[in-house]
This record gives sequence, C-alpha cells and structure tokens, in this order.
Amino acid sequence: MNAHILLQQLVNGVVLGSVYGLIAVGYTMVYGIIGMINFAHGEVYMIAAYLTAIFLAALTLLGIQSPPVVILMVLILTMAVTALYGWSIERIAYKPLRHSTRLAPLISAIGMSLILQNFVRIAQGARNQGIPTLLDGGVRLMENGPEQFVQITHAQILIVVTAIVSMGALWYLIQGTAMGRACRAVQQDRTMAALLGVDTDRIISVVFVLGASMAAVAGTLVTFNYGSFDFFIGFVTGIKAFTAAVLGGIGSLPGAMLGGLVLGLSESIFSGFVNTDYKDVFAFSLLVLVLIFRPSGLLGHPEVEKV
Amino acid sequence: MPRKLWDAVLAGVVALLLFVPLTGVSLSGYTLEGHWQRPLWLAVGVVLGRLLLGWFLERRQRMVGTTRRPGWITAWIDDHRPYIVIAAVIGALLVPWWIGKYWLNVAILALIYVLLGLGLNVVVGLAGLLDLGFVAFYAVGAYTYALGHHYFALSFWAAVPLGAMLAAGFGVVLAFPVLRMHGDYLAIVTLGFGEIIRLILNNWLEVTGGPNGLRVPFPSLFGMDFGRRASPGHVTLHEFLNIPYSNEYRDIFLYLLLFLVVCGMVFLVRRLRRMPLGRNWEALREDEIACRSLGIQPVTVKLSAFGLGAMTAGVGGVFFAASQGFVNPTSFTFLESAHILAIVVLGGMGSTGGVIVAAVVLTVLPEVLRDFAEYRGLLFGCAMVLMMMWRPRGLMGIRRARFHRSEVG
Repeated sequence: MNAHILLQQLVNGVVLGSVYGLIAVGYTMVYGIIGMINFAHGEVYMIAAYLTAIFLAALTLLGIQSPPVVILMVLILTMAVTALYGWSIERIAYKPLRHSTRLAPLISAIGMSLILQNFVRIAQGARNQGIPTLLDGGVRLMENGPEQFVQITHAQILIVVTAIVSMGALWYLIQGTAMGRACRAVQQDRTMAALLGVDTDRIISVVFVLGASMAAVAGTLVTFNYGSFDFFIGFVTGIKAFTAAVLGGIGSLPGAMLGGLVLGLSESIFSGFVNTDYKDVFAFSLLVLVLIFRPSGLLGHPEVEKV
Repeated sequence: MPRKLWDAVLAGVVALLLFVPLTGVSLSGYTLEGHWQRPLWLAVGVVLGRLLLGWFLERRQRMVGTTRRPGWITAWIDDHRPYIVIAAVIGALLVPWWIGKYWLNVAILALIYVLLGLGLNVVVGLAGLLDLGFVAFYAVGAYTYALGHHYFALSFWAAVPLGAMLAAGFGVVLAFPVLRMHGDYLAIVTLGFGEIIRLILNNWLEVTGGPNGLRVPFPSLFGMDFGRRASPGHVTLHEFLNIPYSNEYRDIFLYLLLFLVVCGMVFLVRRLRRMPLGRNWEALREDEIACRSLGIQPVTVKLSAFGLGAMTAGVGGVFFAASQGFVNPTSFTFLESAHILAIVVLGGMGSTGGVIVAAVVLTVLPEVLRDFAEYRGLLFGCAMVLMMMWRPRGLMGIRRARFHRSEVG
C-alpha cells in the first residue's frame, strides 16, 4: 500500500466528509424535530451551487475583483437566499401537512424535490455549468520526487476551515442561545414545549432555515473547489449526506459531523484503493448495512415509539 | 381584507427574492443573461395564487360543520360501476385493432404502467410503505429476461415467472431488515437500492453491456414466431393461420397478453383486500401500535405487501424488455420511480380504478402534448404536493368492504 496515496485519500476524505457533515446537519435537525426525512434537502444544496455561480458572475460584472471579498460576499448572499428557499419549502410543502397522514409529508417532500430539480433545469438549462477558478495552488507535503507528494489545495483548506467555523457557530446557536434552547426543547417534546410557551411553528421554521444555510455553505464551498455542477447533483449528494446523518445517529448534531467524516474518509479510501466507478454503490450499501446492523447510528439513542 | 392583501403582498416579495436570482438571470459560460420579465410574471402568479388560496381556505372554514355531500361524479360512478367496468374491458379489447403501430406501442406502455401502478399501489396505497426504488425491481425483471436470454437462451415464458421471483426475492431480502425499524427508513433504503442497481447495470460492462444495453428477442406463441420468416425449426403465426403477414400482430399479441395480466392483477388485489391479509395491510397503515397490540405481526404483513409489489414490478420489467426489444440502464432512473409514484398518488392512493385511469392518462398525455415534455417532472412534483394537501387519503376516498344487509326483513 502506497503511503502517499493513503495520505492523499485521507486528506480528500476529510474534505469530502466536511461537506457531507454540513449537509447532514440539515437532515438530522429536521428529523430530530418533526421526525420526517426532508427529501428536498439535497436540492437545496444544488440550488446553493447555482446561486454561487450566479452571484459570482454578478459580482464580477459589478467589478468586484478581490478574491477574499468575493468569496465572503458570495457565501453570505448564497446563504441568505438559500435560507429563504429552506423557509419557503417548509412553509409550502410541509407546514400544511403537520396533522395529516404519516405518508403525506414524505410524498410532498418527493414532490418538492422534483419541483426544485425541474425548476432549476428549466430556468438555467440542462447543461453542465461552471465557474472560473478563484483559488488555485496548494501546499505540498512530504515531497520526495515527482508523483510522490501529498497535496492540499487552498480550496480544500478553505472548505475545512469554513466547515469548522460554521459548525462551531451552529453549535453555539443551539447550545448557547435562548432560541437554541427552544429548539432542543421542541426536539425533546413538541407538545410540552408548546404548553410552556414555545412557538413551535417558528422553531420548526428556524430549523429549516439553519439546515438550508448549512447546505448553502456546503454548496458554495464545493462549487469553489470543483467549479462544475448541474441540476442533478442534489440527488446523489443528498442520499449520501443522509447516509452520514444515519451513520452518526439521526437527530444528533455531533453525530452528523462524525458521520460525515466517517463516510467521507471511507468513500475516499474505497475509491483510492478499490474502484472509483463503484464509490456510490459503496456509500449506498453502507447506508443499507448501517440501517440493518446499527440503526441508531454511532451516537444516536435507540428509537422508542410512543403512543 | 387588508390582512389577506398583506399576506399576498408578502408572498409576492418572498417570491421575487426567490425567483430573481434563479430565473431573472441565467448562466451562460462565466457570465449572465438577463430575463427580467420571468421573475415578475412568477411573482404576480404567486400573489394571485395566495389571494385565491386565502379565499378558498375561508370558504372551507365556513363549510366546517355542514356535512359534505359526495360529488355527483363519485355518485354516478358508484351507481354505474358494473357498466363502466364492462365498457372499459370491451373498449380495451377493441383498441389494439384500430390505432396503428405507433399508438399500439403507447398503449402497451400504458398497460405496463397500469401494472406497475397497481403493484406500487399495494405497497404505498394499501400498506402505507413508501417505496422510492420501485424501478429497481422493474430493472431486475427486465434484465432477468435480457441477461437470461443472452447467456442461457431463456425464453419469454420462462422469464416471466423467473423475473417475478427474482424481483420478489430482492425485495424481501432488502426490506426484511429495514421493516423492523421506523417506517421512513424504508423510503431512503429503497431510494439507495434503486441507484445501486442502476449503477451496477451501468458499470458492469463485461456482463450487462453497460450503457450499450442488451438486445431482447420477441416472445413466441406456442413455439410460433411473429416474424415474416420463421427461424429454423419454427413456424410463423401467419403461415400457421393462413393469413397475410402484418408486423402489428406481435404488438397486438403482447397487448392482449398484458391486458390479461393486468386483469389478473386487478382480480388478485380485489380478493386480497377482502382477505385478512389485505385488511391487515390497511390496519397497519392506519395504526401500527394498535395492530401490534392485537397480535398482528407487522414485519410479515408489510413484507408480503412489499414482496407482492416487487413481484409485479418484475413481471412489468419482463414485458417492458420484450416490448422494447432492447434494454439499457437509462430506462431505470429515479424519474421512472417518481413517474410510478405520481400515478399512485394521483390515482388516489389505494384506489384500483383511480390508479388505472391515472396510469393511462399520465402515459398518453405526454405523447399528445409533446411540447410540454420539458415540464413533465415539474408537473409531477406539483401534483404530488397538491394532492397531499387536498386529498392525502386519495381522490376517490377509501371504500371499505361492507357487510351486506340481510335480505330477510
């Protein structure tokens, strides 16, 4: 086994894992609070990728050039609009169904996911889109000869740092503010929280907004790193991020981050040493296996269904 | 009144914020093209829609308390049920002789979707399990025939039961462990499984031919071919019956065969719904905890529904492969699963008649409205969301089997 390849795949895995973790947060928070899988969450990530490219082009047209300013502005604008998408999705497709049958929100979510995918395809065209490279170059470690080095690009460093910062901010929001306390209360017992004066509808909206913003961070960062995307990227990435959420224990925030890292690392190592064509098959098989053998995930609690 | 107006204006502002970046400009290379009128029209639509919704909700609020009479359509269908069924059967039997080759193929596809819709209806509509990878079992059926023919010279008539069994086997093995847990996990596992199957079919070039696909022969009838000339050792149908050759015969034959299968499926579902098993499906859908306390085994009951659904998809897949003469993985994408789910949801989950109508309409309509093909996915999505709000329990409502009133007295 080649140590350089292994280390390189570990670096790639951490980067990939941070992205999965950021998206998984949205799945895990929504599942924790209203107990449904938000199938449209992957499309939120896809929309963020498009918004990134659009805001980047708009800023370039306005003549703003400095890369740090551009990156920060694009990130903030994308997060704002994507958060609004998250809020609207909940308001349109899920809120009216709060007291409906168990299947209704799931089917509505699938419908929403189809709507968003096709809306973007019709508005922006089906072809692959791209953005120019903003960050190039990188750091080479352990260099001893051609093809014998471990490279960490600047974009990869940006991804990991931003992911850590936004996860930290989210952690503070949930653990350190009054609103976060209300979120945790609603997650534990929605009826009791409502009786004690928590506006549960507002808290559910907040959770969707937070989840969408995190997905926006992921979408922006991945777009800066790869530079290419299409209207279908949300589907596979969405299932994988959900896998990460289940792997870490659905409903648990640290679990989502841990699950993202574990999935990212194992997927990178699989594609580096076994086969690239089957890396998605590997990830989906992992999902099936986790659900079979440890459905509560790494950090989750076993689910008890109450009457 | 001002409050409703305020709501509508607010919705319009949100719509503008949402639509300006994504529809107001479109990416072209690394720069942008402006389409400023698009978000404006969309926002105007949202404002009007919000006003209409407010009016509609207010009207419904006023109607709370008054009993709803069933609509005249439902009543008419109820009164004339046997005639409608007979007319539909006669119509379906006459159709293939008139419509020509192109529409015959559309009709065969429609019947395949009817079959798939009926199968998924058992899983989603009756048992209340969301299966998002239904197309995987369809693919298993289609590739059973294609690979079986390619490697083992499997005939169509052997492929039908084998495809059904393989698909059901895959379904049971996949669902058994997942069904023990919270119901929603099944949705995501089936979604993942659908992708796994498609990726394997696409990437395993040595066996499946990958994106190039495989050729599939047309079925024979009692060893008779449908071609113009018989293959060695065979007789062709037109020579046997002493009629002039037409290339429509084989499609008509496939259509009638499929029609028979669909009728069998309708009959099967009808009987099952009246049996304890079918009642257990619906009871579990409504309240799992109550069922468990009454001694119903949730896993076995759900598994039977899931397996039956997968089996139907397998049969549908074999027929699909036979009718196309060719299979490749592009026929088995997630959009196909969504199409079948849209049929079940629009048909009114649980209603056999509704599913049949929805399947025919959703297959024939895109052929008629070629120009709107681009909007197919968008319309499916909107239909799913709206149906869940309007009639989450189905268009026709669930008709329960009743006890008959005693004739005496």
